[in-house]
Amino acid sequence: MEPIIETKNLRVEFRAQNSGQAKKVAVKDLNLSIRAGEVFGFLGPNGAGKTTTMNVLLGFVNATSGAAFLFGVDVREPIARQRIGYLPELTYYYKFLTAEELLRFYARIFGIPRAEADRRIDHLLKLVELESARKRPIKTYSKGMQQRVGLAQALINNPDLLILDEPTSGLDPLGRMKVREIIQRLKNEGKTVFFSSHELGEVETVCDRVAIIHQGELKVEGRVADLIEKYQANLEKIFLNIIGYEPQLSA
Amino acid sequence: MNTVSALAGVVIKELYRRKDFYVLFFLTAVITLVMGSVSFFHDAKIVRYVKEIALLLIWVSALVIAIGTTARQIPAERESRTIFPLLAKPVTRWQVILGKFAGCWLACGLALIVFYLFFGVVSGSREHHWPLLNFCQALWLQWVMLGVVVAFVLLGSVVFAAPSSNATISFIVVLGILVLGRYLNQVALQQPEPLCAVIYGLYFLIPHLEWFDVRDLIIYDQHLVGWVDCGLATLYAVLYMAVFLVGAWLVFRRKPLNL
Repeated sequence: MEPIIETKNLRVEFRAQNSGQAKKVAVKDLNLSIRAGEVFGFLGPNGAGKTTTMNVLLGFVNATSGAAFLFGVDVREPIARQRIGYLPELTYYYKFLTAEELLRFYARIFGIPRAEADRRIDHLLKLVELESARKRPIKTYSKGMQQRVGLAQALINNPDLLILDEPTSGLDPLGRMKVREIIQRLKNEGKTVFFSSHELGEVETVCDRVAIIHQGELKVEGRVADLIEKYQANLEKIFLNIIGYEPQLSA
Repeated sequence: MNTVSALAGVVIKELYRRKDFYVLFFLTAVITLVMGSVSFFHDAKIVRYVKEIALLLIWVSALVIAIGTTARQIPAERESRTIFPLLAKPVTRWQVILGKFAGCWLACGLALIVFYLFFGVVSGSREHHWPLLNFCQALWLQWVMLGVVVAFVLLGSVVFAAPSSNATISFIVVLGILVLGRYLNQVALQQPEPLCAVIYGLYFLIPHLEWFDVRDLIIYDQHLVGWVDCGLATLYAVLYMAVFLVGAWLVFRRKPLNL
């Protein structure tokens, strides 16, 4: 079966800010393969290269070398993004629009017919529990509500693949639980979810497989259960060990 | 086309939900009505001055709306990070440029219609005649001119990071062209080489926005500009719009978004 996400020797370099400095290598020869129906956790400390990898997958940044594919289509082709939903970290949506108008705008971009768009908007606003606020301008929303409207926009095209960049960042425990429930529900519907998070407990709960990246390099990849068994520790301890912090564990 | 019209729709919604347009319209209306209600020196032709002031205010307000609205479009998308979910959809950067342009230009057109309706009512109530075709021609030419301004500011918005610096520079350039553009060739003749060639080159390079200013035809009730000339002026403007939009796309397509 063709992988949903695939990267082959993906390398991303950024020009140095000052002329005397060397190029910054954000991602070093990354090879990933994510299959349909998987919930895949992409982990790493800040600056590890997670967001850069996502930016390549979404076509925001061009790879220096190597290749990346979504559904077998090169990510540089806009059509590769037809079947994906993306939730960026901390986005402030058009504050003069209401949630309903925002979702209608994105539905139009996907060319979804009006009747179908109406049906999906009703369903999504119910899913993210924003039905009562659907006619209110987004500028009146709390941070958690903005994150939930972001999740709704990521789902407007009923995507087969969801890319979530720290979806629970800045949310209170209730908000986190709701996002987790939604990811779980999407997993049950057979969707593929690729997400980055610093909430390792949450990753352990919802992910089938994880990859840990550090300084642009893939350090470990595997099934959550297999890693826990191999390292005899929870995901947080494994993560700290892999990026070079205490506690030391026996592999 | 769906994508471009969806993007344009958001820009138009932004214009009518922000206070800028209402403030400018209110100021134009108040100044025009106050000027129109005062009788200076018992001059029966005072209505000409009222028309002149009202049209000047409409020109200034339209430029403020066009430059202000356009200058913030792409920087605001980047600052609020809405550019990420947008470009994560099957949307190309060319479509973003085109959608923003269409939205800003249409928004300017809608604002102009409101301004000219008001102007028509005020001048018609004083003069008791309605030169509708003159109004339509002046509105059309001003709108076409605003298309060039919008495309130029859009190019500035992908070059300059701060909307304020883009708006200021654009204002200076547009006002400079409107006021001085027509005299550049005469200035060039008085300069030594190579400055003469540079200024002459500039004269032929800049979009002559002043050609679209037909306020005098309305103020002094003159005949219409020939429709062929009007069409040629439109083509001239479309050419400049295309050049600026392609320039904006070339810069924007290479612009990193994650920094």
